[in-house]
Amino acid sequence: MAQSTSGGHQLSRRSLLRTAALGTGALALPPVLTACSSGSGSGGSGTDSKTVSFGSNAAVPEPKGAYETVFAAAKSATGISVDVNWVDHNTFQQNITTYLQGNPQDVFNWFAGERMQFFAGQGLLSTVDDVWSAIGSNYTDAMKAQSKGTDGHYYFVPFDYYPWAVFYNKSLWQSKGYTAPTTWDEFTALAKKMKSDGLIPIAFTDKDGWPAMGTFDYLNMRMNGFTFHINLMRSGQGWNSPQVKAVFDQWRELIPYYSPGFLGLTWQEGAQQILNKQAGMMVLGLDQIGTIFTGSNAGNLGFFPFPTVNPSYGQDAVEAPIDGFMMVKSPKNHDGAVKLLEYLGTAKAQQIWLGSNPADIATANGVDTSKYTQPQTDAMKLIQGAKQISQFMDRDTRPDFADPVMLPQIQSFLNDPGSISGILSNIDKQAKSIWASNG
Amino acid sequence: MTTVQDARSAPPSARTGTGRGRRRSRRLTSHDRITLTLMGGVPTLLTVGLVWLPALLSVALSFSSWPGIGGVSSIHWVGLENYRNIFTEYPQFPPAIEHNLLWLAVFFLLPAPFGLFLAVQLDKQIRFSRLYQSVLFLPVVLSLALIGFMTELIFSPTQGLINNLTGDTHQGNMIDWLGDPHLNIWAVLVMACWRQTGYVMILYLAGLKSVDPSLKEAAALDGANGWQAFQHVVWPALRSINVVVLVITVIESLRAFDIVYIINRGTDGLELLSVLVTDNIIGEASRIGFGSALATILLVISLAFIVPYLITIFRKDERE
Repeated sequence: MAQSTSGGHQLSRRSLLRTAALGTGALALPPVLTACSSGSGSGGSGTDSKTVSFGSNAAVPEPKGAYETVFAAAKSATGISVDVNWVDHNTFQQNITTYLQGNPQDVFNWFAGERMQFFAGQGLLSTVDDVWSAIGSNYTDAMKAQSKGTDGHYYFVPFDYYPWAVFYNKSLWQSKGYTAPTTWDEFTALAKKMKSDGLIPIAFTDKDGWPAMGTFDYLNMRMNGFTFHINLMRSGQGWNSPQVKAVFDQWRELIPYYSPGFLGLTWQEGAQQILNKQAGMMVLGLDQIGTIFTGSNAGNLGFFPFPTVNPSYGQDAVEAPIDGFMMVKSPKNHDGAVKLLEYLGTAKAQQIWLGSNPADIATANGVDTSKYTQPQTDAMKLIQGAKQISQFMDRDTRPDFADPVMLPQIQSFLNDPGSISGILSNIDKQAKSIWASNG
Repeated sequence: MTTVQDARSAPPSARTGTGRGRRRSRRLTSHDRITLTLMGGVPTLLTVGLVWLPALLSVALSFSSWPGIGGVSSIHWVGLENYRNIFTEYPQFPPAIEHNLLWLAVFFLLPAPFGLFLAVQLDKQIRFSRLYQSVLFLPVVLSLALIGFMTELIFSPTQGLINNLTGDTHQGNMIDWLGDPHLNIWAVLVMACWRQTGYVMILYLAGLKSVDPSLKEAAALDGANGWQAFQHVVWPALRSINVVVLVITVIESLRAFDIVYIINRGTDGLELLSVLVTDNIIGEASRIGFGSALATILLVISLAFIVPYLITIFRKDERE
């Protein structure tokens, strides 16, 4: 379910229900997606050189409308019309393997990091080096690095991204006189103070399983450094090490400050605790909490970077998941797809997409930042000041490891922190057999 | 299962037709033969092609390692490796087995007898019998996914009905119905039983309607009280329904899935075998071999219940 990290666009109960119902149907018939794409005629019209088919994971109204606007703009700018197959966010991710091997659209929504490299490595994607020769100057080197596969070729065009940080309600903090902590000791002292003030110090909610991964990522990067974290994610080696054990021991200190019953609460309920001034702070992504602080509340959303634990790593690394596009192995309209991707890789297109969306920021340089809300401006500063950028656990490590292994194991730790030694040795064993096998 | 029986029972009836008397065999025109072949053949083909063939392929795949990407050539055969991993290092497996068995035990102990009790009461022609019947049967019409959603509405720790009625929504005194791994399975079982009771009730009610009222009258004339009449007249007549209820109970508890998947995708105390199969096979990146091994284990457990049942049924048929 970590998939939602990217598209937290107001995941309502109803859409969750629909997703799960679809997931249930998928048990009986996995190639649902493929069936949709080939059956509807949508996306199949390859001979037309003016049309590019697009597989979208944004079927919910808010991002769907933004995409429709940007595709309309793409048509007037490039003459290419985009034929979209809209699919529910989680269903899209769940079926991606079947989808890419079936009859996929030319271009589709995806994520940077290992999550992109995994599918590039399986030979299911086209390189987009030709797109990058046109859009290269629009992006920073950090963005370029995040768009390449392990073979050095480009496979990904970044579109929007957002930071993970510690969020709070500004008006609550003003009335209580809290100030943003920068070190671990200040952070825990503040949590203690909030508790004595009758607040839930840290809104932490993990019924969905994936939100807790953000806290792990940050603690690991702050305590062991970015390089250690990425090696752990990519190689799966070293889970049963004293360094990782130390991360979980540090994490234990926070559990007493978490929302009561956090394993039964969704991130939306946690973000509501911040909005309603019941809770003091929350480790989450702007893409998620930005959809709760909307309208007049938007300016009330403040955040600070996850505090320093080991001074030698400071607050260098920022977790900023990047969403974007990829091209399938054999697109029906390759030239059109390249043109579309070139357009989507410009500040202009991203600005149109962002519109009034306060939960993401553009990846290309040259966006008119005066249109950003305060949280967006702060987010941009945070990311630009970062020495390293990580994606998220479910984007930085193998997809068959993140959700099936880490998600339930972190929940077990949160249930019973004392059993961490056994949990880590088990994670280590499972990691070894998953990395050793090919599936 | 019913298709298997259909498929098997069709040809024997044709055979006995030819064996017992010439008249009957003469009546079996070529048209009849085609009809019988179609009636027996089509379900057999469907069952073999859609159920048994994939099941056997899953068993074969359970000895392999395959991400589901690329052709059959990318399958590696790894012997019992997947099973070894499941039994030694897959922490969700023991709780999943435990929960499936708990589900089975609870379904036998609560909805089955209670459904029978309700059916017997409704069969007594009390006033508004139809109304009660509809109300009790209503949950059966709802999908389990919807019941999962209702479970959330009722048991959610902060926004749910129960905690708000008892006032336990605040810090400190909150009952964590959905997050506490020792509690949430019971919350789910309460809801699952609510549905299952109606199902069992309607089955027994149908069975009770078919009990000849004259038998009950005769028992009453012989001086049997209500309990004795039930014990000696009604209960034996319900034998065939009991078998159906038994099978339904086993099937429903082994295939339980939707309700927990809606709540938290079957993690944190709500693990079930069906969920583990789904997690490993349907997903962004699949471990087809590992998931197939889990599915095979589920198949073996189902067979452990179904084979003895089939054996007794066939034995009975032979005796009769």
